[in-house]
Amino acid sequence: MSARASFRTEPMTDREKKEARDALLFLSPWLAGFVLFTAGPILFSLYLSFCRWDVIRPIQWIGLANYQQMFSDRLLLVSLKNTIFYAALYIPLSLVVALSLAMLLNQKVKGIGLFRTLFYLPTLTQGVATFTLWSLIFDPETGLLNRGLRTVIPNPPGWLLDPAWSKPALVLMALWSVGGTMLIFLAGLKNIPADLYEAANIDGAKPWTQFWRVTLPMLSPTIFFNVIMGTIGAFQVFAAAFVLTSGGPSNSTLFYVYYLFNRAFVYFNMGYASAMAWLLFAIVLVLTVIQMRISQKWVHYG
Amino acid sequence: MPAAALRPRPEGVAGRTVSRRRKPFLRSLLPYVALITLSVLFALPFIWMLGTSLTPADLVLDRSRPLFPSRLAWGNYVEAMTVLPFGTFLKNTLLVAVLCMIGQSLSAASVAFAFARLKFPHRDKLFLLVLATMMLPPQVTMIPTFVLWTLPGWVDSLKPLIIPSFFGGGAFFIFLLRQFFLTIPTELEDAARLDGCTSWGIFRHVALPLSKPAVTTVALFSFIGHWNDFLGPLIYTQSMEKKTLAVGLTAFKSLHGTEYHLLMAASVVVLLPILVIFFCAQRYFVEGVVTSGVKG
Repeated sequence: MSARASFRTEPMTDREKKEARDALLFLSPWLAGFVLFTAGPILFSLYLSFCRWDVIRPIQWIGLANYQQMFSDRLLLVSLKNTIFYAALYIPLSLVVALSLAMLLNQKVKGIGLFRTLFYLPTLTQGVATFTLWSLIFDPETGLLNRGLRTVIPNPPGWLLDPAWSKPALVLMALWSVGGTMLIFLAGLKNIPADLYEAANIDGAKPWTQFWRVTLPMLSPTIFFNVIMGTIGAFQVFAAAFVLTSGGPSNSTLFYVYYLFNRAFVYFNMGYASAMAWLLFAIVLVLTVIQMRISQKWVHYG
Repeated sequence: MPAAALRPRPEGVAGRTVSRRRKPFLRSLLPYVALITLSVLFALPFIWMLGTSLTPADLVLDRSRPLFPSRLAWGNYVEAMTVLPFGTFLKNTLLVAVLCMIGQSLSAASVAFAFARLKFPHRDKLFLLVLATMMLPPQVTMIPTFVLWTLPGWVDSLKPLIIPSFFGGGAFFIFLLRQFFLTIPTELEDAARLDGCTSWGIFRHVALPLSKPAVTTVALFSFIGHWNDFLGPLIYTQSMEKKTLAVGLTAFKSLHGTEYHLLMAASVVVLLPILVIFFCAQRYFVEGVVTSGVKG
């Protein structure tokens, strides 16, 4: 990549020393930020996870007690199950929707830029304003969704008011914002060399076969990237539940990060919340490593 | 991939290469039908939002009200803007978003320049460390960082939301700008160095001017990211005078949860700047996402 990436083992010349000093200066904002906002907090968070602390009284070392308590914490288990349910529903669906949209946008038709803009817009507007909008759309009586559904089925679900439907509702809302994933897929599709399709055509491969034998294998690194990012994102789900459901009904949308937030900033169990953050890190790390292992079997780097 | 195509084709699209002429007219309409149907589905929530924001209060809970009311209640906007101090929320949000935009673009550009353009020991290891910070869930550092801001007594102020932006700008933006700086030809830099240009001079007069599109992309993403940010203001602001639009709107929702027309009017106002920015500068967003996903 870089034309100036080579290193030598000889001692540095004056010019190289000067350049290294310059580099230090350019890097200094990040270095200071890394110490202040990343490395320092990581160490303190690790220490806190072995302590009891309510911000007011002094910090008290309690060893592994926070981690042991997690095994018998019913709400933690509920929040973990909710998060896994959400991730298991959201990740595959978002990949299918994003890839389908990207393949539609990869057609050579006029005005494709306009459609691309429209599909990407909800990603950028994602925030409290659109969450509020969806709370209206999901209203079982007056909402847009059930008004539409009632023309097809007599008794549409209660969405955010029904513990069985609250998580699917949040997934549905999140699918509206798959535009980022869609754009990454679109770029991946455009990178597939046209001659692969020509060869497939000459061999008489049907479009469906071309999709399975050319598109998907060539796209596998992009799919892998989106699976990893989707997993990390799904385990972070918080703001949507905070604004739309406050974790309810019956804790059905109490997600892991939401419970962590409550423990930290509502009950001020800073030690326990820190331990929860480390468990989250461990979970995401293990999932990523597993996905990397599996990826060696299916990801094809051309 | 060897470039072995006999005739160059701009794009590879399944099933389109062989029989353009034999394709029936109706089948060529199919992509349009799909695209237009989906567009309606994607746009409908926004249309519903606008329609509800203009619906008179007495009609808003009507199960069969039309998308747009026959008489438009523009007064909803005036009422929504005056129930809560939206002017204050707007001022706070702008302050945070603009300062963070400046801080993140400048500091990420500076760090990215060092990684892309300067030689120093352990450069690649250090860059891996930058990328590794992306893996760390923000919840791990959230509590100690909160404690850190209590030390100077800056909780319930906008400082904790703004200051960190000036410290490196985050791994994602550093990565994006580094990728761009790497594409600048070395010849330009060598010529500038021969003319006696310092590293700072090259950054200021060669790298930055040539990277305007990338820096703009970072600036826009940063602005919108902070405009929409929820968790930060939720943790760090408590009093009404310090709230941003995102948390202010949440407060509004808990106070006036059933006054849908006011909620939607307020939401439209919060979304408006994003819509304007996006429609003026959409190519920067598209390119930014593509760079992060594919060239990574």
